[in-house]
Amino acid sequence: MIAILDYRAGNLTSVQRALQFLNFPCRITCSQEEIRNADRIIFPGVGAAGKSMDDLRELGLDAMLREAIQSGVPILGICVGLQVLFDYSEENDTPCLGILPGKVRLFPRDMKDAKNERLKIPHMGWNRVVFSRRHPVFENVKPESEFYFVHSYYPEAADEADVLGRTEYGIYFSSAVARENLAAVQFHPEKSGPPGLQILKNFCRWNGRSPS
Amino acid sequence: MLSKRIIPCLDVRDGRTTKGIKFKDNIDIGDPVEMGRFYYEEGADEIVFYDITASSDRRPIMLDVVRRVAETIFIPFSVGGGIRTLEDMRDVLLAGAEKVSVNSAAVLDPDIIRQGAQAFGSQCVVLGMDVKKVPVSAKIPSGYEMVINGGRTRMGIDALWWAKEAERLGAGEICLNSIDADGTRDGYELQLTRLISTSVGIPVIASGGAGKPEDLLDVLSIANADAALIASMVHYGTHTIAGIKKFLDENGVKVRKTW
Repeated sequence: MIAILDYRAGNLTSVQRALQFLNFPCRITCSQEEIRNADRIIFPGVGAAGKSMDDLRELGLDAMLREAIQSGVPILGICVGLQVLFDYSEENDTPCLGILPGKVRLFPRDMKDAKNERLKIPHMGWNRVVFSRRHPVFENVKPESEFYFVHSYYPEAADEADVLGRTEYGIYFSSAVARENLAAVQFHPEKSGPPGLQILKNFCRWNGRSPS
Repeated sequence: MLSKRIIPCLDVRDGRTTKGIKFKDNIDIGDPVEMGRFYYEEGADEIVFYDITASSDRRPIMLDVVRRVAETIFIPFSVGGGIRTLEDMRDVLLAGAEKVSVNSAAVLDPDIIRQGAQAFGSQCVVLGMDVKKVPVSAKIPSGYEMVINGGRTRMGIDALWWAKEAERLGAGEICLNSIDADGTRDGYELQLTRLISTSVGIPVIASGGAGKPEDLLDVLSIANADAALIASMVHYGTHTIAGIKKFLDENGVKVRKTW
């Protein structure tokens, strides 16, 4: 059973629907017991970092996540579920889980594209991820694939070893990260068409071991 | 670099699309769920379902459509038409839509934008704008006025002011429809699109007037739209999404080519 962590963040059902489509049994839950017994955990999220951290703490899921990371069970973070893994987010000036070193910052307001047009915020729509190394969760994904993003804050990993892929939107940011049994993406694989579904399928079959 | 989005729009009445797609074998298919799936596989970047159901007691049929669409397509889709209250928004989002579009109701009661953004996040709230070109006046300094009821009722509100106000209230995106261009297939209203798109910091989807791939090229490059809504040019099989994207790509517009 795959546990989809329920901490009152939006968009949980779309992850569930994608897994159901792929025939992987899953359950949206905030029960510590169910999460502890899960074969793997998906940590989704839409919303603000501040409220997400408050809700995680209130439900005791921050400690739960740390425990799960120690246990070696495969974990996939999505969007805000990636962002709160870092030390800190500028959104609501929020201290986060500190599982990965790095920060989450607001896109600068004055970014311009190649034609000197102002870049809109949120970064909303389809963009590429340039992978710098291989990982089981991102196998069988064509390098020119694009993924659906929607966010106003971007992750900046401090440890190069955690970064799997980067995306360009005015600046380059860490859009896919991984460490040991943890993988996380800034985009929404459940809304990214066939390549997104491939990533979910890969995660559901991953043994949690990262290539050294 | 972000791709420009190509978004087919399906008009749904009582659970059926009002214009079926003519597939290659010329069979009309009016099931919005099948049509959504068809465009998903064709490479649509997003899909808009516009509910033109006349009576509100037929609304549950639309929610059922949304639920069935959400089970089979894995790209963002939005639902608009007749959204009046926070409850309406919640129903559509819980049924599986990513975004919900408010139009007339927001002009009449702008607070719905703020409430929606607060409850569900700005990324869920699309402001639909129906706009008509009018003579420049003290009241309408941009020369573009907000209209409702398919253009029949002029609201005395300046479209440029309203776009900025909606952004301030928390709209995450604007779907900008020119009533003058709508249905003409003569091209988008480029001046209006450029005016709004360069004045707000949120993405703008251009709507109304698409007839050929060149029209999308103009609106996505000259007018700086972030996305383009298309309807009859693909519904009748005159053009395909892949063909439109190939044309845009050859002309220097960044689009998503692999799916």
